This record gives sequence, C-alpha cells and structure tokens, in this order.
Amino acid sequence: MTHPALTERPEKRPQAGVSPARPRPAAVRRRRLRGLATVALFIAPAFVLYGLLVLAPIAIAAYTSLFRWNGLGGWPEDFIGFDNFTRLFDSDVFHGDLRNALIIIVLSLLVQLPFALGLALLLNQRMRGRAVYRLLFFAPYVLSEVITGVLFSLILSPETGLANQLLRAVGLEELERAWLADPSTVIPALFAVMTWKYFGFYMILFLAGRQGIPRELGEAAAIDGATAWEQFRHVTLPLLGPTVRIAAFLSIIGTVQLFDLVWVLTGGGPDHASETLAVTMFQFGFKRTQIGYASAISVVMFLLSMIFALAYLRFVMRRDTQGAVTTMGDHR
Amino acid sequence: MSSRRRRPAGPSRAKGVSLHLLAGTLAVLVLVPLLFGLLGGFKDNAQLATNPFGLPAPWHPENYTEVLASGSFWRQVANSVLIALATTVLVVGLSALAAFAFARFAFRGRELLFTVFTAGLMFPFAVAILPLFVLMRAFGLLDNPLGVVLVQAAFGLPMTIIILRGFFAGVPREVEEAAVIDGCTPFGVFWRILLPMARPALATVSVLAIVASWNNFFLPLAVFNDPDWWTVPLGVQQFQGQYSSDIARTLAYVVLAMVPALGFYAVAERHLISGLTAGATKG
Repeated sequence: MTHPALTERPEKRPQAGVSPARPRPAAVRRRRLRGLATVALFIAPAFVLYGLLVLAPIAIAAYTSLFRWNGLGGWPEDFIGFDNFTRLFDSDVFHGDLRNALIIIVLSLLVQLPFALGLALLLNQRMRGRAVYRLLFFAPYVLSEVITGVLFSLILSPETGLANQLLRAVGLEELERAWLADPSTVIPALFAVMTWKYFGFYMILFLAGRQGIPRELGEAAAIDGATAWEQFRHVTLPLLGPTVRIAAFLSIIGTVQLFDLVWVLTGGGPDHASETLAVTMFQFGFKRTQIGYASAISVVMFLLSMIFALAYLRFVMRRDTQGAVTTMGDHR
Repeated sequence: MSSRRRRPAGPSRAKGVSLHLLAGTLAVLVLVPLLFGLLGGFKDNAQLATNPFGLPAPWHPENYTEVLASGSFWRQVANSVLIALATTVLVVGLSALAAFAFARFAFRGRELLFTVFTAGLMFPFAVAILPLFVLMRAFGLLDNPLGVVLVQAAFGLPMTIIILRGFFAGVPREVEEAAVIDGCTPFGVFWRILLPMARPALATVSVLAIVASWNNFFLPLAVFNDPDWWTVPLGVQQFQGQYSSDIARTLAYVVLAMVPALGFYAVAERHLISGLTAGATKG
C-alpha cells in the first residue's frame, strides 16, 4: 500500500476531476482525504499545544483587559470597556516604562551591537587562544538572568559591593554610588549588566555571519588598494546586513519583554526608575491582583511587539526574508 | 575558518599584541564578576568588607558545604532537571512530527500554517504569562510541574519546528522513496529513516530546549508557590531574599547554581552555538 501524499507535488487546484489524467475522481478524493488525515495526525499534537498555550492566552488577555477583575473565581463580570487602557495611557509609570525601553534600545543599538560586531571581526582573525576567548565571551549568555542578576546586585551593592570597593581602592571615593538605588545610575547600571550578559551572543551571531562572507571578496578589495576600513565599510558591512538586521530585531524584541534581570536587580525601583512594561504588568497582575489592568498592559506589549515586528519585516528585512521564505518554500 | 596572514611580520606582531591586549581586557571584565563570586563564597562577611580583592584568608568552605548539605538545593536541582528533560522530550517529539509533515507533505494551507507557527517567535512570552496563570489555575496546574513543562514546550515549538523542518527538507527524497515503494507507512518513514538521520539536528534543538528551560524564571515564578517545586533560579532569588545580610553565603549559592549550566555549556557548546545561530538566521 502506498501513501500518495508522501511523494505528491503541490497542486494549484485541488478539485478532483480537473486533471484528465486521473481516471477515477472518487478514488483520488479518498486517497487525498487519507493523506490529509495523515498530515493532521502529524501536526495536530503540536498545533493543539500551540493554540492552547501560545495563541489562546493572547485572546484571553485581550478579553480580560476589558474588565475590572481581581482574578478571583471563574471569569470576569465587571465590564468597563477600554477604561483600563485609558487609565494605562494616563499613567506616569507606563510612560516611564516606554521611556526606559526606548533608552535601553537606543543604548543597545548604539553601544552593544557595534561593540559585539567589532569584537566578532577581531576574533575572526587568526590569533592564539581565539577559541578560548570565544568560549569565555559567550559563557555569560548561558547563565540564567536570575543568577546574573543576584551576582551583580551584590557586586553593585553600596557597602561591600565590588564596584565601590574598586573605586575606593584607587582613590575615587567621590564616584561611589548606590548604583541600583540611585535613579540617575540605575539604567546605566542595568545596561552594563545586560551588556555583560548578552554581548557574547551577538558576537557569536556576527561571527557566524562573517564566516558566510567569501574571503576572496575582501582579498580582491585589498588588491585593488582598499584600506582595512574601506574593506569593512564597503565589503564586510553591507554583506553582514542581514545579520545586523536580525541582531537589532532580537535586541529590540528582547527589550520589550525585559523582566528577569530587572526584577532581580531592582524590582523596577527606585521609585519606578528602572521599571519595564513586563515588571509593571507583573506588579499589577500578581502582586496587586488587578488582572484586568495588567491584561491591558499585556495587550499593549503584544501590539507594540507585533506592530514593530511586522513593520520591521516589511520595511527593514524585506530583502532578507524574501530570500529566506522563498528558498524555504522551495525546499520541501 | 581562519584568516590567512596578509602582512609582513613586523606590523602583524604589533597588531597581534594589541589584539591580545584588547581580548585579554575583555576576558578580565567577563571573569572578574565570576571570580568575585567564586572567591567571595570562600570568605566570611567580615573578609568581604575588609579584603575584597585578595584570596580568602583563611578559606571558609562552610558556605559551600552548607549549601551542598542542604536538602533544598538538591531538591531545586532535581526539579530543574526533571522539568528540563520533560520539556525537551515533549517539544522535540511534537516538533519533529510537525516538522516532518511540513517538510514532506504537500497540502493546502501548509505555508499559512507554518507561518502561524513561526509567528510565535515574535510573541513576547511576557504577554502570555498572566492569561497562562489564569488558564493553569483553571486546569488545576498551579504548583504542578506540568504547568511549566507544557507551556515551555508550547513556546519552544516555533524555533524547534523551523530548525527541524530545515533539516528534514535537506534530506534527499530518494532515501525514503525506496522505503515507500516497499510499503513503509509515513510514520515508518519518519520513525525509521528520517529521525535516525536527524540525530545531529535533534541534539541541537534539545540543547536549546534544555538551556531555555534551565534558565526560565518568569514562568516558574508565576506557577510555583510551593517551595517543594522551586527550580534553581527561583531558589537563588529566594535565597538572596532570605539571607540578604549573609552576602558570602549567597555568593556561594549563586556559584553552585552556575555550575550545572557552565558544565553543560562546556559539553554542548557546539550544539548550542550552531542552534542559536541557525535559529536566529532562519527565524
């Protein structure tokens, strides 16, 4: 017994009887149905789990965001329309969340990614111990955010923390700060920890991208008299474009949902100075049991990242994804 | 893939030295926090204040031995291992089945369905956590490891399916056409031919799933109230709260909590990195 679908090519028109080459439409239809049943058996388990636990929650959040609800018992009843959203849009904490996300995104794009890119290009050259450096630089990425956060909360603590002790040791006492408790230093401190943890990941991405560029291109440019900078500017960087765009995408999406590090390092404080959308959502949803209001924050996070992702795919990564999607479609 | 030497020896040596200087400085920046934790764990709190940079004098292994002797630390490690393994088996199993269908069958709406799965890469997990909490409570899965395992597996599906579909699609069809002619069922083809061939790809996605599960904090934080189910990250955070004045002991706890992840990284580094780069570029 053969299973036709396994070797069948895709068809533009699935109606039975269209193709004269097929003698018995009923038999064809039966075989096709069996093929579909097979496909369903393979995909259904994954799809049920995905639909129930990834797609449905977004719908639930959208629904509960329209109610005033403390989360107790059954489903919400006190329908208030978009009041949660208007309250959210008027809230200073929400504005602060957006500002913090924006600051971290700008810092990441201007500092973290160029730094990782430069490092990847350096480590792409032949040097002793290169593998060890790579291994070491990537190691922080493997540690959980919580472990990183607890470690750095001790390093940045005012009295016994390593940071201030170092400053004291070299006679720079006036630079000592309560890094995580001072509204003016908390975001830079948070960003420093993020950079410590994540630069290795972006370095690895850029290294992989760099190795996809044929070496001959750079050599040809060198023969034509291009300086190292010109080679980078006109050969390497343009060809790294797809990798750079993906790195920026991951960095921005990651910032929108930043939670673990902030929660462990500062809890969002002092006085909301380092709060993010996810932290505000958690505060209201899990600590103050204002589930409806917290759901509104979830919905806003979802819309922000969805709109951003679609716009980014459409306008920034268009050329990259076109290639990716079509080759993927052709693979089969 | 190393670069060839393009310059005469003189400038290249100067360049080599400055390269090492830069890489070495960075290595120090990465290592110092880790060493501060490792050595700090061997000090007592008085030493941490008076002797922050030097070696412990005397060494205090008690911080480490007491954590290692405590049942709760091992309980958390066991919970983390259990949850990571269950998540990995579930997500890799379901993804392999789906990826096989996406790679090998032609059916209407295939690309649309695949896009629905890949769109999951763009959903911030934080968006779902609150409704998931409500759902899990309705299912009675709070304080139940299944509550974490199922959700982690669901959110792992997009990346795993993308990577595995890419792999299956690259396997030449001729391999299995013979088997089909010999009467092999689709599941037989999947189970006896493609799955064994996919071992390297399965290893890669498994490593990704294990690391993601091991480090997950947000979800267990929402699901587990009962300390008996806490995973390592929850334990670390809780420990810091409980012993906030005992910095040396917290450092020891943090360092011990790092060991499994770093050990796993040392063993599975190649798979982890190839999976992350493949996932990022294909996603």
